[in-house]
Parts: sequence; C-alpha cells; structure tokens
Amino acid sequence: MGLEIKMPALSPTMEEGTLAKWLVKEGDTVKSGDIMAEIETDKATMEFEAVDEGTIEKILIAEGTDNVKVGTVIAMLSGEGEETPAAAPPAEAPKAEAPAVAQKADESEAPAPKKAESGTSNLAGAKSAPAADPAIPEGTQMVRTTVREALRDAMAEEMRKDDRVFLMGEEVAEYQGAYKVTQGLLEEFGARRVIDTPITEHGFAGIGAGAAMGGLKPIVEFMTFNFAMQAIDQIINSAAKTNYMSGGQMRCPIVFRGPNGAASRVGAQHSQNYAPWYAHVPGLVVIAPYDASDAKGLLKAAIRSEDPVVFLENELVYGRSFDVPQLDDHVLPIGKARIVRPGKDVTLVSYSIGVGVALEAAEALAGEGIDAEVIDLRTLRPLDTATVLESLKKTNRLVVVEEGWPVCSISSEIIAVCMEQGFDDLDAPVLRVTNEDVPLPYAANLEKAALVDAARVIAAAKKVTYRS
Amino acid sequence: MAKPASSRTRKPATAPATLPGADHNRERPGEPESYKASKEELLEFYRQMLLIRRFEERAGQLYGLGFIGGFCHLYIGQEAVAVGIQSALTPGKDSVITGYRDHGHMLAYGIDPKLIMAELTGREAGISRGKGGSMHMFSVEHKFYGGHGIVGAQVSLGTGLAFGHKYKEDGGVCIAYFGDGAANQGQVYESFNMAELWKLPIIYVIENNGYAMGTSVQRSSSEGELYRRGESFRIPGIQVDGMDVLAVRGATETALEYVRAGKGPILLEMKTYRYRGHSMSDPAKYRSRDEVQHVRDTSDPIDGLKKVLMEAGVKEEDLKSLDAQIRKTVSEAADFAESSPEPDASELYTDVLVEQY
Repeated sequence: MGLEIKMPALSPTMEEGTLAKWLVKEGDTVKSGDIMAEIETDKATMEFEAVDEGTIEKILIAEGTDNVKVGTVIAMLSGEGEETPAAAPPAEAPKAEAPAVAQKADESEAPAPKKAESGTSNLAGAKSAPAADPAIPEGTQMVRTTVREALRDAMAEEMRKDDRVFLMGEEVAEYQGAYKVTQGLLEEFGARRVIDTPITEHGFAGIGAGAAMGGLKPIVEFMTFNFAMQAIDQIINSAAKTNYMSGGQMRCPIVFRGPNGAASRVGAQHSQNYAPWYAHVPGLVVIAPYDASDAKGLLKAAIRSEDPVVFLENELVYGRSFDVPQLDDHVLPIGKARIVRPGKDVTLVSYSIGVGVALEAAEALAGEGIDAEVIDLRTLRPLDTATVLESLKKTNRLVVVEEGWPVCSISSEIIAVCMEQGFDDLDAPVLRVTNEDVPLPYAANLEKAALVDAARVIAAAKKVTYRS
Repeated sequence: MAKPASSRTRKPATAPATLPGADHNRERPGEPESYKASKEELLEFYRQMLLIRRFEERAGQLYGLGFIGGFCHLYIGQEAVAVGIQSALTPGKDSVITGYRDHGHMLAYGIDPKLIMAELTGREAGISRGKGGSMHMFSVEHKFYGGHGIVGAQVSLGTGLAFGHKYKEDGGVCIAYFGDGAANQGQVYESFNMAELWKLPIIYVIENNGYAMGTSVQRSSSEGELYRRGESFRIPGIQVDGMDVLAVRGATETALEYVRAGKGPILLEMKTYRYRGHSMSDPAKYRSRDEVQHVRDTSDPIDGLKKVLMEAGVKEEDLKSLDAQIRKTVSEAADFAESSPEPDASELYTDVLVEQY
C-alpha cells in the first residue's frame, strides 16, 4: 500500500493553499529532502519537501489548483522496496486534471487534519460583517477585498501620489512581506522606495524617524508589533515628542505599521496587544482598524498625516475579505468611530479583531431579543468619545470588548470616560470582556481559555441588561 | 592570481583568511592635514569658541541663580569640535544632529544666542518656545535637528537624515555627534550597519571627552580606541585631536571629501575633554582637580588658537576687544532670557499634534 502525501500546513494560520507547481512527476523516485512541489500559502510560496523515500505513484491534485484544504491527499508514494504495480491506486482518486480536482478540493471532502480548537481559530472565524459605512456614498461599487490587499493598495496608491513616501522593514521587498502585505510593491516602486532592512528594529525605527524629521514620509513596517518593543524608545521619545519639544518646529510624519495582538498558537512573546501602550502617549495617533475598507481608508489617511501614526493591524484578519468601495481615493477620517451595527438595548464597544467578536455576540443576542449596538472605535488616539457617549445615552448599558489584557487597557479608558462623562446615562455598571490577565499560553485549550470570545460577551451583555 | 583592485570585492574563498593586512586594501580616506586657515578664518574660529565658552559660563551662573532648571550640560573645553566641524559644512545643505550637550553646536551654527539662552530659561521667545529646554533645541531652518535627550538615539535619527539626503539626492551630508558613552549603545551599531550597507552620506563624530557621566572610557569600553568602532562594519575611522580646531577642521575636510564622493559613512573620534561636570549636578568625585587643571593648562583649545593668532600677527588688544564684544553679546542674551515672558498658559496644549482630528 502506498503512502499518502497530504497538503501540508505551512504556517500557523494556513487552512488551505494553492498547489502552484509539481516538481516531480509520476514514476519519479524521491528521497527525503527532495523538493516535490511549490505550495502557495496565505503568506508565501513555499517549497514542499519529501520526507519519505519512494516512487511517486500517483499525483492526485494537479498543479495550479487553488483552495486545496490542508490535509487533502495530493499524491501517493510507493514505499521503498514495494512493487509499484502492485499498489492499487485508490479507487476514488480522480484523474489529475485541474478543474475536476479543484472542485474536489473545494468541497473539502478530504478529512480535515486533526487540529485542536484554539482561541485564535475562534477569533479568526467570526464571520459577521459590519454594516455599510455611512461615510461611503450610496450606490458606490463594492469590491470584495482582503484586509491584506486593502493595506497594500493603500500604500501603493499613496506611493504613486507622493515621492516622499517610502516603505522600509524586514522582508518588505524581495520576500514580498512576511505576511504578504507588501506583495508587488518592490516590482512597482523599486529598491529606492521599498527597502529591506536587517533585523534591527531599534535602528531602523530611528532611521525612519530621522528621515521623517528630514522631510520624508516613511512607512516603517514591523514584522509584528512584538518586535517594536526593541524600537519603542524611538517611537515614543523621538517620533511622538519632537513636535512638542521643538515648539512645533520639527515634525515627524511617519507611519509605524504591522500586525498586533494575539496570533495563532505562537506563545506569549509573539501574542500581545500593544494598543493601550501607544494609546497612552500624547503626540501619537493610534489606529486599529477591523475591516478591509477601514484598513485602506485609514492607512491612506495615516500616510498623509503630518503626525506620527502607530497603525495596528491584525494577522488573523489579513486573509478575511470585506467590501471595499471602488473609489479613486478612499480616505477615511482619523479619530472617528463607526457604528457597525445599530441597536438600542446595549452598546458593545470594540476595535480591531474584537469587533468581529462583538458582531458575532450581537447576532446571537438578537436571537434572544437583545438588540445590541456595536461600535468600532477604529482610532484609539484621539479617541472618539462622543460616539461612545451618544450611544450610551441611547442604550444606557455598555460592554467593552477587547482582545488584550484588562489592566490599564482601552477598556479601562472607555469605562473611565463613561463614569466621568456619562454617569447619568448608566443603568448598569460598564463591564469589560477582555483576554485573561496572563501571558498567552501555547496549549490550544489554554489559549482558548485566555482569549475573548462571543460567549463571554453575550454573558456580559445579559448581565448589564439584567437578563441573566 | 591577481586580485581585482576593487576595495569591496569579496575575497575568493581560497584566500588565506588570516593573511596580515588581508582586508587593508579596502579604500580608506587619506591622512588628514591640519587646516591652513586665513587670518580671518582663524579670528572667526577664535570668536566662535570664545562665544561658546562665555555663553556656557554665563549659563552655569544662571543655573546657580535658579534661572535655568533641570539638566544643563555645558560644552566648556570641547569648543574646538563643534566649531572646527561646522565651519566646514555648507549651510542649508548639510544637516547636524547631536545629543543633549547641544548649546555649543547651535552657537557654532550661527544661531542667535538670545534664542538659545531664552530656551534655557524656559521663555516664550526660546527657540523651542520654552517647551524643550537645554536638551531639546532645534532649528530646522539651519538644518540643526536637535538636541536629543536619549543617549544614542540621535545616531539612528542622524542616519535617517543621511538616508533623506541620499533619497532626495540633495548632495547634503549629515553630521551625527555622540559621546563616548553613547558609543556603547546598541542602536549605534545597528545604524552603522545600515549606513554602510546603503552607503549613506554621514559623518559619525564621537566626542570622546573621556567620561560618560562619571564612568571613564577605560571603565566602560572594551575597545577604548573609539575610532575603531566602525571597523567591523567597514566604516573607516580617524582619531583626531579634538582640542585643536585646525586639526578638527582638517579631518572634517578629509571626511567630507570621502563621504561626498559616495563612499559611505566615516567615523571621526574627537579626543576632547570637558572641564565642567557632566551636568550641573556633578559630584566631581571620579577625577581629580589636578587632572582637569592639567588639561586646561596644556591643551585648552582657545589658548592654543590664541598662540597661533599671535604668531600670525594678531595683537593682544584686538583679542581683548573681541572678548569684550562677546561678553556684551552674552550679557544681552542673558538679560533677554531673564526678562522675556514665560510661555502663555495656552501653550501647554499646542504642538502636541500637527493636525486636528
């Protein structure tokens, strides 16, 4: 009996991929370490190596097939010493012809790999879409776009417009972005404006800030914001404070961007939400969008701003598609929250990936007769407190949903604002649903227990509406 | 087999790795020469150095009287460095950035002493409108980019300014000053690496005054010959007598020629000395009075240049009248700084962000 070769998971978030190219054909012998195929994941094109020795007996998924689920059998290998002819091909194996196979893979009949359910797969799985943005003219043509593409398009559009804008960071150019966000930018703009740096966050954050002081408009990508800890002195002491310290003489128009927050099963050092850290600092603008339209419109605004902007993305939503308006110049205002679901019974306030959780909870609550309004803060500094307080005036109940730690958080800030400025409108104490107050664990069950989820939001919403 | 002459060509793998001087064929700047200054130039160097000295003496007094608060780092003893270097730059084209010991660099760039002194006293008329203080002064107009309080941060920022010069192809060179203390910061070496990789037009100037606060170079640096600190990044270094303005100017000319030719960064180590404490609140326990006095007696940059001026035929009374003029300028700056108003209370909330959201 032959060995099954299965579609591999080549990144923590990969659930399917494209079988870009076969480098072996049926009848070839392979040994451990031979490259058998090129597989395109959500992040990169990767080479897939043989582990076992043997002869390629059958190729089951043709090259060029998209959306091949992880775990799908893509080829059969006859083990060493086995009689190739004796090994009967699996009866149900389709001919290696692209369309038929693609169909097959799409229907995901292949057994899913045994994968423990983690908290991040929950977060990433929230499917609820935000309501239409009132800022976008009615009748505008919408295009389904991933957050990843929306971010890239924002950068490309601004770079076409303004030669002062350039991009630097680790793997932004030749590698096409560690998370594929900067795909194609090197090709369009060249090495002068799309610059690979060594792994030296402190140094290149300072170089970016200095270039901004000297009149350029840098976009500095951190592979993730966890690594920006190495550079936080330059972000805060140099970028954020210079305009004030110089009496308005010396600006620092720079965008620091990259994924922030919990990623999938990568442990404590690669999973942290820095939003409260940066939102604490006067002199910075802090933006944390959820959907693709906001990602594009706000990144364009951030690049144009004369202020230093920390732009917090989320790896788990990079691959999610949303409607993005097809406009020549889709720029959104910084500092404005957005009501992504109108409601009257309770207000759920969130930002970034938490918005997906809040929307999911709101839908479930609707089934139980509780009409929740969901606010996406979008910008965390300056904070749009007016929109929050206006909603509170209407619902009289508020829950903050935050994929992050509870102590000294955005939740804490929203609660303080409600106490100080909305006390008379409160019919219940404001509650917060956040991650647990622990470093993020690796084990799937513990990770799940540590992260926010819709069930906890639903419970909090019921509590403030006295339905529990 | 003949090796290509190109300095930066990678050696073939077969080349003996430990051949003495194996890497010495890479291009280095020539030996700098002492600058041949005209009498007018000599007088101007003297005037600038004396202005810095008198200004700093006065700042020290004002600190003692409570007019200046916080940290105040005086430049006394190091005057030849800023004056020698900045006299070689092209105003409006080259940029300068330094740490918190910044008064001297601003004066050497021709910035009005009144605006600097008024910043020291925290007044509305100060160059940062009273919101920066001694350590945080800037003049974008003069391409003087501060005035930075975090040890070593200006090295990365300066490398970014140099990046900008190259990106804009404006022909400018950045001078990034830092001390022997900052020379041990990690980001300095991250910046060296990128500056050389990208051949950025920057001159790194280490003002080695011997002490990082109270810790001597010997006690803090495993390689105390700081001009060598760029070597593993292939950045050539030159050690310069930072107490001799003509040697400083000469080395700067050599460095500028190298950098303007597109050969990438260069490092100048200026051996200098500060007579006063690290800041105004310095216990002075880490070195002896004799040590300080010895430097003052033997290598003072102003006394040294005075001898050259006398040899060039300048009269003692001319120098005395120059000193009187400078004292007057400094007095006027001090009077202005003491008497001009503090910032309006509303200034508290301005300049946090440029735009309104």
